[in-house]
Amino acid sequence: MSAPTRTVVTVSTGDPGTAANIAADVRAGRRTAVDVLAQHFARIDAHEGDVHAFNLVLRQQAGEQAATVDAAVAAGIDPGPLAGIPVALKDNLCTRGIETTCSSRILEGWKPPYSATVVQRLAAAGAVAVGKTNLDEFAMGSSTENSAFGPTRNPHDHTKVPGGSSGGSAAAVAAGFASIALGSDTGGSIRQPASLCGIVGMKPTYGLVSRYGLVAYASSLDQIGPFAHTVEDAALLLENIAGHDPADSTSIDAPPPSLVAAVRRGRADGVPGLRVGIVEELSGEGMSSDVLARLDVAVDRLRTAGATVGHVSVESTKLCLSAYYLIAPAEASSNLSRYDGVRYGLRVSQGAANVEEMMANTRAAGFGAEVKRRIMLGTYALSAGYYDAYYGQAQKVRTLIIEDFRRAYQQFDVLITPTSPTTAFSFGDKTADPFTMYLTDVCTIPSNLAGDPAISVPCGVGDDGMPIGVQLLGPALSEAVLLGAAAVIEKGN
Amino acid sequence: MALKNGWELVVGLEVHCELATNTKIFCSCANQFGDEPNTNICPVCLGLPGSLPVLNHMAVEFAMRIGSALHCRVEPSIFHRKNYFYPDMPKDYQVSQNDEPINVDGYLELPDGFRVGIERAHMEEDTGKTQHMGSSGRIHGANYSLVDYNRAGVPLVEIVSRPDIRTAEQAKAYVAELRSILVATGASNGKMEEGSLRVDANVSVRQPGHEYGTRCEIKNLNSLRSLTRAIEYEANRQIDLREAGERIVQETRHWNEEDGRTSSMRSKEEAMDYRYFPEPDLVPIAPSAEWVAAVRDALPLMPADRRRLLSEATGGELAPGSDPIVTIVDQGLDALVLGAVAHGGDGRRAVNRVANEVVTAEQGARLNIAGFAALLVMEAQAKLTSTQAKAVLVEMMETQASDPAAIATARGFQAMDSGVAETLVDELIAAHPAEFERLRAGDTKVAGFFVGAAMKASGGKADGKLVTGLLRQRAGL
Ligand SMILES: [Zn+2]
Repeated sequence: MSAPTRTVVTVSTGDPGTAANIAADVRAGRRTAVDVLAQHFARIDAHEGDVHAFNLVLRQQAGEQAATVDAAVAAGIDPGPLAGIPVALKDNLCTRGIETTCSSRILEGWKPPYSATVVQRLAAAGAVAVGKTNLDEFAMGSSTENSAFGPTRNPHDHTKVPGGSSGGSAAAVAAGFASIALGSDTGGSIRQPASLCGIVGMKPTYGLVSRYGLVAYASSLDQIGPFAHTVEDAALLLENIAGHDPADSTSIDAPPPSLVAAVRRGRADGVPGLRVGIVEELSGEGMSSDVLARLDVAVDRLRTAGATVGHVSVESTKLCLSAYYLIAPAEASSNLSRYDGVRYGLRVSQGAANVEEMMANTRAAGFGAEVKRRIMLGTYALSAGYYDAYYGQAQKVRTLIIEDFRRAYQQFDVLITPTSPTTAFSFGDKTADPFTMYLTDVCTIPSNLAGDPAISVPCGVGDDGMPIGVQLLGPALSEAVLLGAAAVIEKGN
Repeated sequence: MALKNGWELVVGLEVHCELATNTKIFCSCANQFGDEPNTNICPVCLGLPGSLPVLNHMAVEFAMRIGSALHCRVEPSIFHRKNYFYPDMPKDYQVSQNDEPINVDGYLELPDGFRVGIERAHMEEDTGKTQHMGSSGRIHGANYSLVDYNRAGVPLVEIVSRPDIRTAEQAKAYVAELRSILVATGASNGKMEEGSLRVDANVSVRQPGHEYGTRCEIKNLNSLRSLTRAIEYEANRQIDLREAGERIVQETRHWNEEDGRTSSMRSKEEAMDYRYFPEPDLVPIAPSAEWVAAVRDALPLMPADRRRLLSEATGGELAPGSDPIVTIVDQGLDALVLGAVAHGGDGRRAVNRVANEVVTAEQGARLNIAGFAALLVMEAQAKLTSTQAKAVLVEMMETQASDPAAIATARGFQAMDSGVAETLVDELIAAHPAEFERLRAGDTKVAGFFVGAAMKASGGKADGKLVTGLLRQRAGL
């Protein structure tokens, strides 16, 4: 690899401006979507070769979408609240007629006959999809090193990982390839790469955003969420993808919340009276000192803006990692059964005497090591005679976690922790021992198990000059509160 | 049929019933038998990556109807995933219900009053259909296979009986009765030949009073005939093994219709571990008490209730399980009988006429109820002989005429005066002395000869019963 380089953009001073600015300008006819797109493609052309954020760049389709937006504006029709904003889509979101791979050989070449609900909502709101971003295969991983198509590099330092599993989406935003992006978060897959790439990332309440068209990893934990440079942009994106979807039975049947206004309120008025709890179990042991130092800074900013701060113990967070690595693989083992070579994707029939052997050959050739590891782990956890000890026990822990957090939220409005124990690590650092890799998600997993929202917001850099994010957690449907508080932390940057 | 050497049969049945919903259980594709392969499919029922199921409300209602009709408790329930690899199962797991099914603990009453316990009646999705192209017709040895996913995601209710059935005939009666109940609820079309109803039988044998024997599950029972044949074959196979001192291996066995045998498919050791776990893509079903009550209250009368009503209409002279009553309920001709009784017709006569002469629903539809009742009254008042009444009834159905008296008059039907009948009988005895001697000697078959002759002589006006009575009187029988 050549000497480390940086490809990061700073939107507050850069050309494209924030997503909110882009949409406002395009809707007002001050800028064209085609021009905005050209700026982003220029950055892709210059740096994508180094970063490898994308599995597929949608050059032609994006151009057509941008032109449609501009034509609407010219005709006096409002293209929508996301008019002309270039958005990157994690490659586990189905896009009609466009290859959707989950960064796996087993789905290579598969073109879904339908688009995910979120993809449809983005298009309806006037956003322009620039490409499908790289990920750890089937969203299993924390560094994007598990992609079958090669890793994505951190735009802040090309020798470092961008985090994962939504590493491609985080890097695409950080590098200025897209103004905003969608990722999916099962155990931290939005928040951890957002933290490592120095941008905002949010996992909404389970059920706030439709999962229809998100290729499932662990269905009871998966949730789609936004990446953005600013808290307001994250709120804008979330506002436009949230809301009930009859195609997802677990979707919450309530109108989408008003979020951008909450961000503006937080920025203007601070957070007077907000009760902030520092989670003891996640703010000491196992966290690097520079990360903890930035956590203190974030807490100070909240206090200065009117918050009262205390410490809270959420003991069951210690059990989260074990529970997660039983529940998620168990669901994954079932969700990934369908990749059997019969209907779509890869089929390896050579040397197979019967259909079972064809299925086995296909899966052996098509899945990477980490996916196989989790399928085996999950299959074991669900097996007769082991179910109660593993999957059953993990579900009990999950109930415990939910109750623990409920108790904590009687005392505090939001909780605060680091997002990741460390800044971005180097390629290969954690691939030899899966457990060290799993530990990087220790702060983010609890909110997936609880089904609650959480946001990672940048708060300076570490001793190595790499970005550090802090995480705010809240009870179900507290997105507006979290975004308001995140805006306070962001304001201090 | 009793088993040899005092062995007792023990059978429990698992019946898969396709629900007659317009659409599939988790998507809006048409639930339609017989369409071109792979035309009623979408991302959801093909299990495409990213697709999610949404439960069909009507399928839940149908399942509740079935549960209520089988006297089950309708309970809050959840779906599980049943994991195994098979090419006709798009997701390589089946969404089914495991330990929290929607209906539990009911019974089915056979026409003879015997009650078979129902353990559960749970919901699940159907699989696609695989056609193995090659000599064996089975998945192993096939050259290639064709899969039709039209059936994938068709809603099913699986009705699991307790092992209460003791004869093959009872098993047949159970399935026939269950079929009628399912059709009555409107939840199923009951067509076994289209696979709407599919039966698996758990068969074991024991000496009465002993513990249940090891059971085998028999699959591929596509008709009532296969069901009884397979159960009898399997029972005898197990008895032969037991009497030879061998053990029964718990296994799944395939019924082969052609050679009339069952053969081993897989043993318990090879049985799959389905790794059931709660389906995270669906939410629990928690029907409100009001909904459960509304479904129960809206159910039509079930066949057992209808048989009871018909029996009551005969003043209890015919049992609810008697053949004519069973036939009438099967054909849905209850209204004709009960309507005729309401119009003054005799219940028993109405049941017999409908079961023997009307027979089918199509025929019944051509009959005016008041007219039918009037015919029964005429016969009861001896204005028509039995033979004449039948002839009038046939004409009423042929022409959809409603006035039996008009038909009788047009045909010149009048019951013969008893004095005229006596004269006729005496004339016939005088004309056929040899035959009369045989009758006196006790050869009662000769009576038929005299009745025939009386009919011929009277142009059909003679009452057969009256003639027979007079003959027997004259012959001193
Ligand atoms: Zn469908």
